[in-house]
Order: sequence, then structure tokens, then C-alpha cells
Amino acid sequence: MPGDVKVLRRPEEKGSYVRAALKGMSVTFRHMVNPRKVTQQYPDEKWELAPRMRGTHRMATHEDGRAKCVACGLCPTVCPVNCIKLIPAEDENGERYAAVYEIDEFRCIFCGFCQEVCPVEAIHLGVHYENAEYSRERWVYDLERLCDQDQPFTALWDPADPASE
Amino acid sequence: METLTGAHFVWMTIFKVVLFFTLLMLMVGGVVMFERKVAGFIQDRSGPNRVGPWGLLQTMADGIKFLLKEETYPDAAQAVFYLLAPVMAMVPATILFAVIPFASPLPTGWGLVHMIVADVPVGFLYVLAIGSFGVYGVVMAGWSSGSKYAFLGGMRGSAQMISYEVGLALTLVPIVLLGGGVRIPDLISLQQGFTGQGPATLGMWLFLPLGVSFLLFFITGLAETKRIPFDLPEAEAELIAGYHTEYSAMKFGMFFLGEYAHMLTTAALITVFFLGGWDIPFWHGDNIRVLADGTVIGDPTWWKTVLTFLSFTIKTSLLVTVFVWIRWTLPRFRYDQLMELGWKFVIVAATAYVFVVAGSVLVLDRLGVHFGLPYAAILTGVNVVLLGLLLFVVDRGRLARGAAYTVTRGLGRASRRSGTGPAAAGRS
Repeated sequence: MPGDVKVLRRPEEKGSYVRAALKGMSVTFRHMVNPRKVTQQYPDEKWELAPRMRGTHRMATHEDGRAKCVACGLCPTVCPVNCIKLIPAEDENGERYAAVYEIDEFRCIFCGFCQEVCPVEAIHLGVHYENAEYSRERWVYDLERLCDQDQPFTALWDPADPASE
Repeated sequence: METLTGAHFVWMTIFKVVLFFTLLMLMVGGVVMFERKVAGFIQDRSGPNRVGPWGLLQTMADGIKFLLKEETYPDAAQAVFYLLAPVMAMVPATILFAVIPFASPLPTGWGLVHMIVADVPVGFLYVLAIGSFGVYGVVMAGWSSGSKYAFLGGMRGSAQMISYEVGLALTLVPIVLLGGGVRIPDLISLQQGFTGQGPATLGMWLFLPLGVSFLLFFITGLAETKRIPFDLPEAEAELIAGYHTEYSAMKFGMFFLGEYAHMLTTAALITVFFLGGWDIPFWHGDNIRVLADGTVIGDPTWWKTVLTFLSFTIKTSLLVTVFVWIRWTLPRFRYDQLMELGWKFVIVAATAYVFVVAGSVLVLDRLGVHFGLPYAAILTGVNVVLLGLLLFVVDRGRLARGAAYTVTRGLGRASRRSGTGPAAAGRS
């Protein structure tokens, strides 16, 4: 509809190219000589990450190094993108453990549902994002690798404001 | 001191070719680095700073990458022209440097060495002739790639460069009117101011007595280098990379080198024509000239060669800085604006200006004004008035008007008058 097109009623006689160009040049010149730069020298200096930042997963372990996971199956159920593969097993005491526990970090959307749903606080998201790999297979983290992660656990709530007020 | 002759001349020329080509390529590398740094600064970034100290080796890394990347050959390409195009893009830009004097003549044991590869009598006619060759690289690349985008880029490139070629040549005519010749060392002498020896000279850099020419030459020179705001042949947003879309690795690298070499050449030409070449301002010790018949006037020494070379380099670098600064400030012209600026402004103004300068020269000669500083001062006055008028004409929306205004007005009117179009049809 023609009425919806925004028509700029600017008379041509009042437009200017030379003055506008010079004005632009002065703006860029001011920025050129301004020593304050916004670039962050990434590998040398990094962002300070928020405690609730959701990144690469980390599996919590007992003191003896066993994963805390009890293979209840809640996290693969709740996962919206099906990136968790869990095959449960029972040991001689009748306790369930995860025989296979894999998370495809490539597929994961880092929603954090698995951490929220976990009844034993085993699987966590971590405050960590530098997980580049040379192949897609390497993005599938198995249980051992999840236990070996050492980044801090993602906080589910702000300790200063637990009720989110 | 006599100028070089015979075998000495041949060997020295070969040495100068190698030296100046190496120098040019090094300077191109420097300019690429410089441009990226300045681009960063203008955008509040710090620019490349990872390779080498302060990022200075970034260009080397780029060069190595150009050499190691895969060479691709499109199926639809016309092999001969496809391979020839990068050469045609780079060669004219580099051989233009042959006629540019870098410094005052250098006295050596064998004779006086000109700091210019080829002191050709046709002078800047050579510049115009070789400069026109630049368009072949663009057209051949665009046409032979067998790609629609490259073809469009080539078309635009040829139209743009041929249009501005005319203006470029016309802006140089007033220099001939004042200098009475086309030999480039003579043009530098013209701006230096000699008294009593050889033909009379003005003694003032030509950007003052020929201010309008300077402005127009700057604009057309910028258009010839195909840089923003005249980079329609490339136009990343519309044409991917324009005429060199289908080129990879070192073949693209040659276009790249050619573009920057062309920028340096244009800056050097502006320096020579309008900023006194290697002349050091306010100092008469560097007034050295070698006439076309070999007569040497002045007192050449090696340290004067060094100083004048520095002077030339500083002037050229300042112009390159302005080019880079413009590139990272101004938006690209629309195609119609480009053509309007070229045909309706530059060519018209340059033609009219030739007549104005010719008239002024005639009047000043009749009045018997001394050909020297007074002559130049009067011409400067005339040019200041003309520049004011010219800028007034360009400004105020008479040329290069705002895009938003015209486009939306046209759209609104057309659909209102006819009452058709997709929106109107949907309503009924």
C-alpha cells in the first residue's frame, strides 16, 4: 500500500553532498586518532563469565572418582534435542549406573534442563565455552570425558537473589 | 656533470627497473598493512596485531596464503583471457611508475643518474595511454570468467573507467597550457621556480594555480583506482567481488596487488603534477633540473637526492592516507550518480576549465605579467573563485542527491496514480 511507504519530504535544494562528505570525514578522523579501542585481545584477555552462564557439560563425581549418575533416564527424556544417549546397567549390589553416557555437544542447545531435572545433581552445565574440535566425532563427550571437565558448575540461581526477585 | 651514456646507461636503467619495482612492491605491502590498520582505527578496533611486532608481518602472511591457496579454473572460463586478465590488471599499474621521478638526480662516478626509470619525451601522454590499459584487465576478467556477476562487474568497470578517462585527460590539459610541454621532469621544474636559466618557471606548486584541475584530477584518479566511493566494479554487496569473483589464490592476489599499486601510482601522479613532485617547499637548494637536451642546472649532491626522495615519499604517503580515509568514510555511489558525476560534472567542468585557463593565460600574457610568482598568484585567485562556484554547483542536491528521497517518491507516485500493484490487488 503506497500510504505505508515512508516518504521523506526533504527538499532537494537542502540536501548536500560536499558538506555531508566533509562531516563524515571529520567523524572518521576523530575515531581514527582516538586511542580508546574496543577490541578485546581475545586469547590474551578473556571475558569474565557469569556464574549462571550455560556451557560445556560436566559430570559430578564421588570422592572415589565414580560418576554420581544413577542412570534414572530423566535427562535423555527431558532433553529437547535428544542429544543425550544413556544405556543403564546394574552392578553386583543392584545399584544402577550408566554403562554408556554420551552428550553430543554439537547438537546441544544448552537449555540446562538436564541439570535442572537431575535428582542426584550429577549432570551439570559448566561455565566454559572454548570447545572447538577438528572433527564432529570429537564433539560427542563420553562419560569419562564429562567427569574430567574441570570448569565450575553452572549456578541454577543467583546466590544473592535465590527467589529471583 | 654529464648524464649517463652508453653501457653505463643501460646497466643503470636495468638496476633502476629492478630497484623501483622492488620498492613499489614493498610499498604496496606497506600500504595494504597501513590500510588495514587505519580501517581498524576508524572503526575503533586495533587492526591486525598478531603477526610480528605490531602486526607488521600480516602482509607477508597474506602473501604466503595467496601462494598456497588452491588455483581454481571455472569450466565456463575462456582460458587464454582468463589467465591474461590478472596480468593486464597488474602490469599497467606498475609500469606507470617508470615515468615518475622519485628524487633529484644523483651524481655518481659514471655521470649524473636520473631518479626516473624512463625520461620519455612524451611524458604524461604515456601516463594517459598506459592508464587506459587498466580497463582491459577488468573487462577481460569480467567477460572471460563465464560468470554473470563477474560479467556485470566487468561491464560496470569498463563504463566507469572509460567515462572517467576522458575527464582525467582533460584535467591535465591546463598543465600543458602553463608548462608548455609534457615532459615530466620539466613539470617539476615548472613548480620549483628558477630564475634566469632555461625556460621560465612558475615557482609555485600547481595545486594552487590549478586548484580546479587538482580537485578534478583527484576525483577521476580515485575513480580510476576503483576504490570506494567508486568501487562499483567490485561492489561486494551486489556482485560478490565483481570482475574478480571467479579468481582464487595468486591470480586474485595479482588483482589485489594491481589495485594497491594503482592507488600508489595515482598518489604519485598527483604528487608529481600538483604537489611539486620531489620538491622540498621553501628551499631553493633542491632546484636542480636537467633539460631535455641534457643541460644540467643546479647543484646535485647525494644528500639532496635522499632529502628529495623523502619529500616525495611523505607527499605520496599523505595522499595515500587521504585515499584510505575516504574509503572508510564514504558510501558507494549509485550507478546513475556515478555516471552523472562523470559526464555531467567532471567532463563539463574540465572542458570549461580548459577554456578558462587558456583565456587567463592569454590575458595575462597580453598584460605582460611576469611568468613566475605574480602570474601564479593571479591564477590562484581565479581558481579560488572557480572552486567556490564549482563546490556550490555540486552541493545543494544539484548532483549526487539523497537516495531515500527520489526512490520513495517515485514508488509512491507510481502506485498511487495507477492504483494497481500487489498491495492494491490484495485489497479488492
